Amino acid sequence: MEEWMEKQIFEADLPDKTKIDLTNYLFGKNVSEEQFNQIFKQVAREYEYTRIEPAEAVGVIAAQSIGEPGTQMTMRTFHYAGVAEINVTLGLPRLIEIMDARKTPSTPTMTIYLTTEYATSRDRAREVSWQIEAAPLHEFGDIITDMVEMQVVVQLNREVCDRRKISVGDVMEKAPKKIRDRHHYRDFEAEEEEKTATLTFYPKNRESYQNLFQLAEFVRNVIVQGIDDIERVVVRKEEGEYILYTEGSNLKDVFEVAGVDTIRTRTNNIAEISEVLGIEAGRNAIIDEALSTLREQGISVDVRHIMLVSDMMCMEGEVKQIGRHGIAGEKESVLSRAAFEVTVNHLLDAAVANEVDILQGVTENVIVGQPIQLGTGDVKLIAKPINQE
Amino acid sequence: MTSPKRVGKIEFGLLSPKEIRKMSIRKIIWADTYDDDGFPYPQGLMDLGLGVIDPGLRCKTCDQKASDCPGHFGHIELAKPVIHVGYTRLIRKLLRVTCRSCSRMLLSPSDIDKILGPDDLRSENISEKDIKKERVCPHCGEQQLKINFEKPTTFSEIMTDVNGRKIDHKLTPADIRARLEKIPDDDLLLLGINPKVARPEWTILTVLPVPPVTMRPSIILENGQRSEDDLTHKLVDIIRINQRFKENQDAGAPQLIIEDLWELLQYHLTTYLDNEVAGCPPARHRSGRPLKTLSQRLKGKDGRFRGSLSGKRVNFSSRTVISPDPNLSIGEVGVPLAIANEMSVPVRVTPFNLEEIRFMVLTGPDRKLLSEPCGANYAIRPDNRRVRLSDQNTETVAEMIEPGWTVDRQLRNGDIVLFNRQPSLHRMSIMSHRIVLMEGKTFRLNPAICPPYNADFDGDEMNLHVPQTEEARAEAYILASVQENILSPRFGGPIIGGIHDHISGIFLLTHELRWFTKSEMISLLRFTHLTHLPPADRVDENGMQYWSNKQVFSMILPDGLNMFFRASSCVNCDTCLKEDCERDAYIRIIDGKLLSGTIDKKAIGAFDGTILQRIIRQYGLARGVQFIDDVTKLSIRAIMLDGFSFGIDDEDLTRTEYGQIEEVLESASQDVNRRIKIYQDGQLEPMPGRTLEETLEMQIMQVLGKARDRTGEIAGRHLGLSNSAVVMAVSGARGSMLNLTQMAGCLGQQSVRGERIVRGYDERTLPHFKKGDRGAEAHGFIKNSYKSGLNPTEFFFHAIGGREGLVDTAVRTSQSGYLQRRMINALQDLKVAYDGTVRTTGGRIIQFKYGEDNTDPSKSCFGEPVDVKGIVENILKEEV
Repeated sequence: MEEWMEKQIFEADLPDKTKIDLTNYLFGKNVSEEQFNQIFKQVAREYEYTRIEPAEAVGVIAAQSIGEPGTQMTMRTFHYAGVAEINVTLGLPRLIEIMDARKTPSTPTMTIYLTTEYATSRDRAREVSWQIEAAPLHEFGDIITDMVEMQVVVQLNREVCDRRKISVGDVMEKAPKKIRDRHHYRDFEAEEEEKTATLTFYPKNRESYQNLFQLAEFVRNVIVQGIDDIERVVVRKEEGEYILYTEGSNLKDVFEVAGVDTIRTRTNNIAEISEVLGIEAGRNAIIDEALSTLREQGISVDVRHIMLVSDMMCMEGEVKQIGRHGIAGEKESVLSRAAFEVTVNHLLDAAVANEVDILQGVTENVIVGQPIQLGTGDVKLIAKPINQE
Repeated sequence: MTSPKRVGKIEFGLLSPKEIRKMSIRKIIWADTYDDDGFPYPQGLMDLGLGVIDPGLRCKTCDQKASDCPGHFGHIELAKPVIHVGYTRLIRKLLRVTCRSCSRMLLSPSDIDKILGPDDLRSENISEKDIKKERVCPHCGEQQLKINFEKPTTFSEIMTDVNGRKIDHKLTPADIRARLEKIPDDDLLLLGINPKVARPEWTILTVLPVPPVTMRPSIILENGQRSEDDLTHKLVDIIRINQRFKENQDAGAPQLIIEDLWELLQYHLTTYLDNEVAGCPPARHRSGRPLKTLSQRLKGKDGRFRGSLSGKRVNFSSRTVISPDPNLSIGEVGVPLAIANEMSVPVRVTPFNLEEIRFMVLTGPDRKLLSEPCGANYAIRPDNRRVRLSDQNTETVAEMIEPGWTVDRQLRNGDIVLFNRQPSLHRMSIMSHRIVLMEGKTFRLNPAICPPYNADFDGDEMNLHVPQTEEARAEAYILASVQENILSPRFGGPIIGGIHDHISGIFLLTHELRWFTKSEMISLLRFTHLTHLPPADRVDENGMQYWSNKQVFSMILPDGLNMFFRASSCVNCDTCLKEDCERDAYIRIIDGKLLSGTIDKKAIGAFDGTILQRIIRQYGLARGVQFIDDVTKLSIRAIMLDGFSFGIDDEDLTRTEYGQIEEVLESASQDVNRRIKIYQDGQLEPMPGRTLEETLEMQIMQVLGKARDRTGEIAGRHLGLSNSAVVMAVSGARGSMLNLTQMAGCLGQQSVRGERIVRGYDERTLPHFKKGDRGAEAHGFIKNSYKSGLNPTEFFFHAIGGREGLVDTAVRTSQSGYLQRRMINALQDLKVAYDGTVRTTGGRIIQFKYGEDNTDPSKSCFGEPVDVKGIVENILKEEV
C-alpha cells in the first residue's frame, strides 16, 4: 500500500474502527491504484448504505432483539463461570436481574486485578486476599466457652496472625468493637491480655446460659480481618498474572485495599458501580453484564440494542428498572401506564390530579385508533398534485 | 380511509354530582327491568331512554336504531352519601393532613415554604409524611385526633374519654364529606389535587351514574329467558337497598337500622365499583361465580385496556396448518383455493378496468379450479350498500357496474398478504409474501423461511392477513417483505437460509471432488433459475462430458464473487493447510467459482450464511433471494441423487468398539469407587470453599463426564462420513456428536439442577440400591446407549432428568415473555429523529447518536458498519 492511500483513508469520513481495519488489511499488500479506488469507493458506499433511517422504531427493535432469544436461554441459575469454586447466576435469571436493576444481585462476585508488584507472585497476591476476605475470629485461635466461670475465652494463635499479617493487638481491639457495631450486641464486657494473647468475654447477665452461648456464637463469627461482605476469595493465575475472584462484593472497600488495581477491578453489582463510580460507569456495567450474559449463552445480539436499553435505564441519573417501578411506571401518558399494569389505580389517580394525555406515545394512539408516531406514521408529507391548483 | 379528525388529548377528572345529574337522561327508581310483556319499565334499569339493545326498537332519547345509538347515562339519587372505594387512600390522606374543625391544611405558610421551597420552584406536592401526627392546628388551634382507617371503607377517630380510655368514634361518610367540602382550593393545589376538576368531596358519592344499557346488554338464552349482565345485577341490588333505606329514613327508623342499611349500601357500591377489594367478601352470582364489576372489566390481560383497546380484532384473516414446499420461492406462500375464494381485495371500478372487473363479477364467487380466473364476492355501490354476489345475480350486477363502484375481488396469484406465526416475538414473525394458489387445505412455505417464524411442520398453524388498501399493500411489500427481512436486526446477519436437508444436501454435493454426467447435471439444476449448462470441465475419450460438483455449486453463485472463509466443519487446526485441508473445510471462491472447500452451515445456513451475507452486500437483496431459492432447490435435488436416511443399524459398532466402550466405563466406575473409598477413609482433600461431599460429587461428575466423552470418541472413530448422523453433525445440519454418542456409545450422567440424582428414598434413590451407595449407577449414571436400551433403573433416572427439562421450558416461556413485555413497554416510544438522535415521542433525547455510530444493525455486517474484510478480499482476490 502506498502512502497516499493511507492518507486518503485517514482523511475519509469513516468511523475510526473501519479506517484501522482498512489500513491493517491493506498493509504490506501490493495494491494498484485502480484496485484501491474500487475498494475505497465500495467502503464509502457501504458506509453510506448502513446509516440508520429517521423514524426507525429502534426501541421496539432493541426490546425484541433482547427478548426474542430469551426463550432459548437456560433457566439453570448456577453455572461455573471460569472459576470452578465460585457460583455465578447466569442465563435468563441473570438477564432479568439486570433489567430489574436490583440493589444486590443474587450472587455478587468481584474480579479483582492487582497492581504489577502484587500480581506477579502468589504470596503477595495472597497477602492482598487476606486484606479482603472476611475472616471470622475462630480462624485466628481457639475459642473456649467456659461454663463454670461463665466466660468465653479466645486464645489467639500468634503464628496465624503473623502469617495473615495482622497484629494480635489489632485482632483483640477489633473483635469486641465489631461485635458491638456490626451485630448490635452490647450485653458483654471484654478483657484483653496482650502478653498471653488471650481475649476474654463476659456476658452481662451471668445467670443465663442462653446468653453465654449466644455470646460465644457472636465471638466465633465476628469478622476481625477483611471486608465483611466478601465471604470468600480465590486466587487464580490467568494470563501470567494473579487475579482474585470473590464471592460477595464491596467495591468501595476493596478500592481502599493496597495492591488492588482500581482501574481493572470490577464487580457484577451494577447498583454498587453506579453508586461508587457514577452513572456513566453504571451504564457501561449494564452493557457489559448483559452482553456477557447473552454471549455466555451463545446468543449474538448487537451491542447497539443493549446500549439503548442501558441508556434508557440510566437516563434519569440513577439506574431505573425496566418495568412497573421504573421506566414503564413513570411514563407521562396515563393510558400507556394503565395499559401496562395496575390499570385502575392509574386511572383513579389521574382523575384527581387532572392529568392530560396528549397522545404522543405508541400505546395511546393504538388505544384511540390513530396512526402511531413512528416509522411511516411519523412522516407528515403531503404531496400536492402538480396539475391542480 | 383515514379520518381527517385527530384526537388531540384526553383529560382526566372526576364527575361532580352536578355533572352526573346534568348528563343523566333519566332518574332511575325501579329495581325491576322488564314487565311481564317483556317491555322495559320506564325509570327502570332498562329504560328505553338509556339506549336500546333489541333490534327494531328505537331509543327514546336520540331516536336511533340499536346499531347507531351509543347509549345514554341515567342516575340514582343515593339516600345518604357513600364512599368511593378507589379513593379511600386519598380520603385517608386528606383527613390526616387537614384540621378536623376548620379543614385547613395542618401547616402554616412558613412550614409550606420550608418543605416545598420558594413559590416559583415548586414541583413536588405535600405528602402525608410532611405532617406530624398528633398536633394542634396552626390556623384554629384545634387539637387533632388520630384517624384510623379500616379496610375496605371504614374511617374512625380515636378519642380519649374523661377516664383517659381510648374510644373509637366512627366517622360516617356524611361527616367525612362535610370535612372535605371545607378544604380550601389553595390547600388542595399543594396536595396535587386540581379542585377545578376534582373536588375531594366528589369522591364521596351522593348521586350514582347509571351506565347506558349498551354497556350492560342482557342476553336472551335459548329457552327464551333473559339473562342480565353482572353490572345490571349489581345496580338492582343498589337500587333495592337505596329504596329500603329511604323508606326507613322517612319512617324514622331507629339509628341502628339506619346504620346497618347504610353499611349495606356501602357494600353494594363498593363491590359495584371493584369486586376484588381486600377485606370485603366479593359479591357473587347465584351460581357462586364472583361478579365481574367495573374494575374487573378494565383490569388484566383480557380487560378493556389490554384485551380490547391495545389489541384489536381484524377481518380478512385466515388460519390453517402449514406444510413445506421447497419449490416455492422464499417470498411466496401457497394458499389453498378455499381460502383464496373466501378472502378478497377491494378494487375501485374505473373506466380503465371496467371490463376486467365486469368479467370478475360475471365469474362470481365460486372458483373451482386453480386455473380459473378469480371472481368476486361482493359489489359495493357508490352509496356504500353491499351486494353479495351469487350465481343468481352475477349477470344483473355486472350490468349495473360502472365507475364509482367497488368490487371485492377474490385472491389471485401474486397478491400481497401478511403471513404470521405466534408467538410474534420479533418483527420477522410477520412478513409479507406473494401468494400462489394451490390444491389442498394447508398453507405452503419454503422451509428456508422457518427460522424467522420459528416454525416447523409438526402441526403448526399460521395466520394470513390480506391488506385492504393500496397504502397497506405498499407498506407490506416495501417494508415487511421476506426479502427485506433476510438480515436480522438482532445481529446483522441472515436469519433466513438453508436448514436441515438443505445443508446435508449441499454438503454431500460439494464435499471432495465428484463428477456428474449431463443427465445428472440437468437433474440437479432443473429447478434453479439457470437455463444453460456451462462448458464441461472434462471430456473423456468417448466424448462424454463431465462437470465437477464444485462447478455445479459455482453455477448458482453470482459472477465476480470472491470469498475466502472456513466451513463449520473446520476444526481450527494450529496451522491451517488451506486448500490442502484434509476435511476440505477451506473455502475459496474466485470469480464466482468454488475452487476448494465444502459448502455447509457456515456458508448457507440460517443465522450464519456467510456467502448469502456477501451476495446481499454486493449484489443486493433480490440476488440474495435468488441465491436462497437456488440453493434450496439445488440441495434438495443433490440429496435426492444419493438418498439420505438414518436407521437403527447406523448406530451399530463393531465388537472391538463395544469392548473398548465397556473398558472405558468399567475403569470409570472403578475410578469412582476409588474416590469414594478415599472419601470414606477421610483422605479426601476438600476444594477451597467446598465441603467434602461437594468435592467428591464434583470429582465423580468429572470422571463420569469424561468417560461419556471417551465412549463418544470411540464411536465417532468408527462412524465416518458414510454415516448420515455424522454428516448431519459435521455439516451443522442437525444434531451434534453428543447426540451420536448418546445413541451409539453411552447416555451418560442424568442430572437434576446440575447435580447427580439424589432424591428418592431414605439414603438411596431407588430400592434397587443399598443405603448410602454413592456409586455411579446408584445416582443416575446410564451406561447403556439408546441403541442398546436402558435397564429399568436407568430408564427411571432418564425420566427424572427429562422431566426437569420440561419444567424448565414451561417456566422459561412465561418468564421471558414477561421480560419482553416489560422491555417493549419501556422502549416502544423511542425513534430516530431526523437529526440522528434517539428520542422518545415526547422529544426527550436518549442518545445523541444511535448506537454511538448511527449504524443500522440490520444493515450492518454482524455489527460492523462496513464489511471491510469482505470488500478487500473481493477486490484483491486473495485472503487478507
